[in-house]
Amino acid sequence: MTNTKRRTFLKGTMAAGAVSAAIGVGLLTPRMVLAAWPSAAFNAESVDAALNELLGSQQMEESDKIDIRAPDIAENGAVVPVTVTTDIANPESISIIARQNASPMVASFVLGSSTEGFVSTRIKLGKTSDVVAVVKANGKLYSTSKEVKVTIGGCGG
Amino acid sequence: MASIKIRAKAEGGVTTVKALISHPMETGQRKDKSGAVIPAHFIQEVVCEHNGNNVMTALWGVAISKNPYLSFKFSGAKPGDSLQLTWVDNKGEKDSTKVQIS
Repeated sequence: MTNTKRRTFLKGTMAAGAVSAAIGVGLLTPRMVLAAWPSAAFNAESVDAALNELLGSQQMEESDKIDIRAPDIAENGAVVPVTVTTDIANPESISIIARQNASPMVASFVLGSSTEGFVSTRIKLGKTSDVVAVVKANGKLYSTSKEVKVTIGGCGG
Repeated sequence: MASIKIRAKAEGGVTTVKALISHPMETGQRKDKSGAVIPAHFIQEVVCEHNGNNVMTALWGVAISKNPYLSFKFSGAKPGDSLQLTWVDNKGEKDSTKVQIS
């Protein structure tokens, strides 16, 4: 066997090996790697249930130390920029909830010890909704909400 | 690989990270022209590490927009440090990239 042929042969076997490995990983990943992904919280249809599943409590304290920046009117509900900033000391996580979405839990950002109380992302809103930012700090939940009016929904369609 | 665009800039002790990921973020609620439901396909977890220390774990549902954008800030990094971002979606697909903080 010449060197080139051998190389092609090796490539072929390696590719096949990679594919089967990928299939195996694909099947196992959701359970193994994503043990942390809280499906019950993201599938919950009520805000209280989602909060209980994710953060262990539904008791939130209104706080003026959280600022939500989002448009008053979103023309396109599929892309709504949301920025949450908080001055609360030692924030552990920032969660974003869209009260009127079919599944209200949008995202939860778990912050490292050196991470500041700031996250910015873009979310989908099915219709006009209160966007709630929930900050977990010192074992308590603090929240602020802001209404975003949507002219074209971002889910379904 | 090519699905992640990320920029990290250290200024006054605070590093600002901005990342864009190419991903369909399909909700599982949309239907195609024939009326068949398009299965959900969305990123569930994004992990960002600075020199091997976790600075951000984002848990996402289907309501994050297509081609997601994520920005956050953390302290304690200096230019030249490495920052790694990894995402995993509900089908087990994943991608990761490493950049130097500028």
